[in-house]
Amino acid sequence: MSEQTSVPLGAAVGNTPGGPVTAPPGLTDSTVEAGLEVKVRSQWDYARRRFLRHRLAMIGLVGLIILFGAGIFANFIAPYSFEQIDLNNVLHAPTLSGHHYFGTDEIGRDEFSRVIYGIRTSLEVGVLVAVLSTFIGLVIGAVAGYFGGWLDNLLMRITDLVLTLPFLAILAAASALLGAGDWKRITLILALLFWVGTARVVRGIFLSLREKEYVEAAKAAGGGDIRIMFRHILPNTLGPVVVSATLAVATAILIEAALAFLGLGIKPPTPSLGVLVQSGQTNPQQWWLTIFPGLTIVLVVLCVNFVGDGLRDALDPTQRRVRA
Amino acid sequence: MPEPVLSIRNLAVEFKTDDGIVHAVDDITYDVYPRETLGIVGESGSGKSVSTLTVLGLIPIPPGRIVSGEAIFKGKDLLKLGKKELQTFRGDEVAMVFQDPMTSLNPVLTVGFQLGEAIKTHYPKESDAAIEERVVELLSLVGVPGPKGRAKQYPHEFSGGMRQRAMIAMSIANNPSLLIADEPTTALDVTIQAQVLDVIEKVQHATENAATILITHDLGIVAELCDRVIVMYAGRIVEIGDVHTIFERPRHPYTIGLMNSLPKLTEDEEWLEPIPGSPPSLINRPSGCAFHPRCSVSQGRARCREEVPVLEATDDGGEHQSACHFKEELIGLRTKFSEPASAGGAA
Amino acid sequence: MLTYITRRVLYSIPVLIVSTFLSFTFVSLAGNPTAILRSNPRFSPVTLHLLEHQQHLDRSIPVRYWFWVKEIFTNKLGDSLQTFQPIWPDLTRTAGHTLQVIIIAEVLALILGVAVGIYSAIKQYSVFDYAFTTISFLGFAMPTFWLALLLQILFVDIYLKWNVRIFYTSGLNSPGQGTWSIDRLQHIALPVMTLLIISFATYSRYMRASMLDVINTDYVRTARAKGMSEWHVIMRHVFRNALIPIVTVAAINFGALLGGAIVTETVFSLDGIGYYFIQKLTNLDLYAVMAYLLITSVAIILFNLIADILYGYLDPRIRYE
Repeated sequence: MSEQTSVPLGAAVGNTPGGPVTAPPGLTDSTVEAGLEVKVRSQWDYARRRFLRHRLAMIGLVGLIILFGAGIFANFIAPYSFEQIDLNNVLHAPTLSGHHYFGTDEIGRDEFSRVIYGIRTSLEVGVLVAVLSTFIGLVIGAVAGYFGGWLDNLLMRITDLVLTLPFLAILAAASALLGAGDWKRITLILALLFWVGTARVVRGIFLSLREKEYVEAAKAAGGGDIRIMFRHILPNTLGPVVVSATLAVATAILIEAALAFLGLGIKPPTPSLGVLVQSGQTNPQQWWLTIFPGLTIVLVVLCVNFVGDGLRDALDPTQRRVRA
Repeated sequence: MPEPVLSIRNLAVEFKTDDGIVHAVDDITYDVYPRETLGIVGESGSGKSVSTLTVLGLIPIPPGRIVSGEAIFKGKDLLKLGKKELQTFRGDEVAMVFQDPMTSLNPVLTVGFQLGEAIKTHYPKESDAAIEERVVELLSLVGVPGPKGRAKQYPHEFSGGMRQRAMIAMSIANNPSLLIADEPTTALDVTIQAQVLDVIEKVQHATENAATILITHDLGIVAELCDRVIVMYAGRIVEIGDVHTIFERPRHPYTIGLMNSLPKLTEDEEWLEPIPGSPPSLINRPSGCAFHPRCSVSQGRARCREEVPVLEATDDGGEHQSACHFKEELIGLRTKFSEPASAGGAA
Repeated sequence: MLTYITRRVLYSIPVLIVSTFLSFTFVSLAGNPTAILRSNPRFSPVTLHLLEHQQHLDRSIPVRYWFWVKEIFTNKLGDSLQTFQPIWPDLTRTAGHTLQVIIIAEVLALILGVAVGIYSAIKQYSVFDYAFTTISFLGFAMPTFWLALLLQILFVDIYLKWNVRIFYTSGLNSPGQGTWSIDRLQHIALPVMTLLIISFATYSRYMRASMLDVINTDYVRTARAKGMSEWHVIMRHVFRNALIPIVTVAAINFGALLGGAIVTETVFSLDGIGYYFIQKLTNLDLYAVMAYLLITSVAIILFNLIADILYGYLDPRIRYE
């Protein structure tokens, strides 16, 4: 999709040097070089350039690659497993010996390893929630925006309803009552609450584009298939949807951590950065147990937010350029 | 010739963008005389709005930059004035009407309030009652029905044409000496356009001695309202003259192209003749005469490619100027709007 | 304007009903109050049977919902299933404490956030702007519980090292101290600070973005063309218009916080409605949990309504939809 087409001026015009006054102008190769070419850049090209120029987004991207890389390759990077107990090394401050960079907890488990595995869990939950909720939101938003009428009304009422629910409370209640300790269930519930943002945005786009493309398609293909409609309108939603999904990742990670901290989310033995911070609360003297997991959460979310910001700037169609 | 109200000399403005430096306006010089309506014609990107926006100080200074020039208004160079001093001119002696009335009014304030603001800014001692009265007077002048009630309404309750009338009313509130209308009808329906043009004409009579600059790409409007015309291309002035001369005896290939691309109602035409090619990039302007790649008169001659033509008097005399190396070759050329050849020919 | 308000209010009522019904169904099904009663060793099977009948637990869910709704109005949310003590007094007490904390936090956050947002927008790309953009980003990325913990640990350390108690790190107040005593303020200072920082990040960011949006509009250009001084342009055209989205965001945020800043209250062991909720939840005290969910839903819907009305008041275009 990122093609660059050069359009030489007067390409369709014939070459008649020295003809009568009203004849069309002639173009030689030299005039083409004289800066007459108008480079038409595709939308994705502009977006890509803008994103790459966004310093924060680049920092975020690098950070994410490092952090998520650590999470994915946890098995190779972490010096210990997350539950390996070493009662000789209880509550040890960070040190280089024995690779305990982040110190150890109250039963001698290596904090560094646990943090790395925690990143992996956050990554899994965050991405899964984003993917699921984006998908649900896309479908609902598209249906509502495209078909309009009573279906739109109904779906929007449902959306409003979901929005009035107190997220954290519902999640807490869900996990307490349903006995969730398993990240899959948490992910599912989160996804069922997060789709709203995406749905709204997608619906807006479908609503506005349906007026434009519809007329053309109706003319062109007579029985313009709905699928063709989705093939035309849907790509336009890609930008905002990607941005929305990125932010969903950040929020999901934060909420998962909060739940785990309260003891109502992911429970041990599955590692979670929130659980790690909780054990930091019970040992306030050992600052490394609080600082490192929390700092990791901050870093991960920060990087996701930077990238999200960069994406938003890059894909935002409203450009504030000066009018000549 | 009376003293000009506004004298622009060698004005050059450029903008720094991600793709390069845009030469929006390059060394332009013109005068505006009292009571006249001066039209500035050109395509989008020709720089026609920029010169007036610069005069009013409405160009954002980074990324914009005034490279050179002066704009003398009543003895003062507006480009050299400090912010506060410039503000005393804006909306009082020099007023502007913008293109899009939908977005040019603040949606959360009433129309009456915004009109009153125009007055109160420059005459803060006026009583509220007096201002209210004047607002209603202005609204009825521009033909807004039920002005008293309308003044209390919000912009979204006005139709597009009415909003533009309100904008015009706002601009003449303080009896400006110079009124600048930047594409005032472009965003409106054709039928409403005619009405708004009438309003502009009416308003010109109501303000004593005011000069008007009418910026447009629509030659029809120019023919109807303007006394003199400036034709701009790629940030430069290519032709100046009074409106009849320009239409009947244009002396620049671009102007001729513009004329020929217009439909004429009194004739049967099979094809319209657009100017071939597309507007030039203002970042990479063609060398020499910016129009030469699209010019049928140039015929590839080196001078057009190498030398920037200067505005010089044509065979009609000093009032009619053209920036074309070979303008003499255009003498005798007939456009759709020329007088028949038997009526005595050129000059 | 009145029709607009009426319409919004009427619309909120069914939303409230459906929302509470869903919560009720969810909690009843997932929580299984019958099982809870049965697990209580004090009750003989006969008593159990009576109790269940009295609590309408032998009926279907919609019927139970109906009885529960009646209870709200007649018996002020009734008694806890666990303790058999009335729920209402606990609820009001804790809600009051939460209100104190969040009102202080939100008002401060709003004032500071708006001020910083405005200045950041006017002096875009200045050092000030960059500094506060960084702070905002950090605020967004920071988990509330972590910030709360950090503050807590910090001030515990200060106390231990220098034996000076600047702020208390847990609890609502020392015994015998009043609601507006210095002691109380010392206790709630840290929770207020936690909420303040996080909300501030949101408000300053939104305000900045809103200001930038408005500064670049055509009507601001018109105002300048009228000859208004930059100060007047900003105060009368930019500021008012930019404030509109912030006001609605703040109202909605406040409504959400009324559910108690659960995490903050837990960290600081504050006797607020969020803390109450968590405790009741872990004890599976269902009716109390439901009462909490009801209050929270009402608060959210109410403040969404307020936000809508405020928006309609500030932006005349909305009223005519």
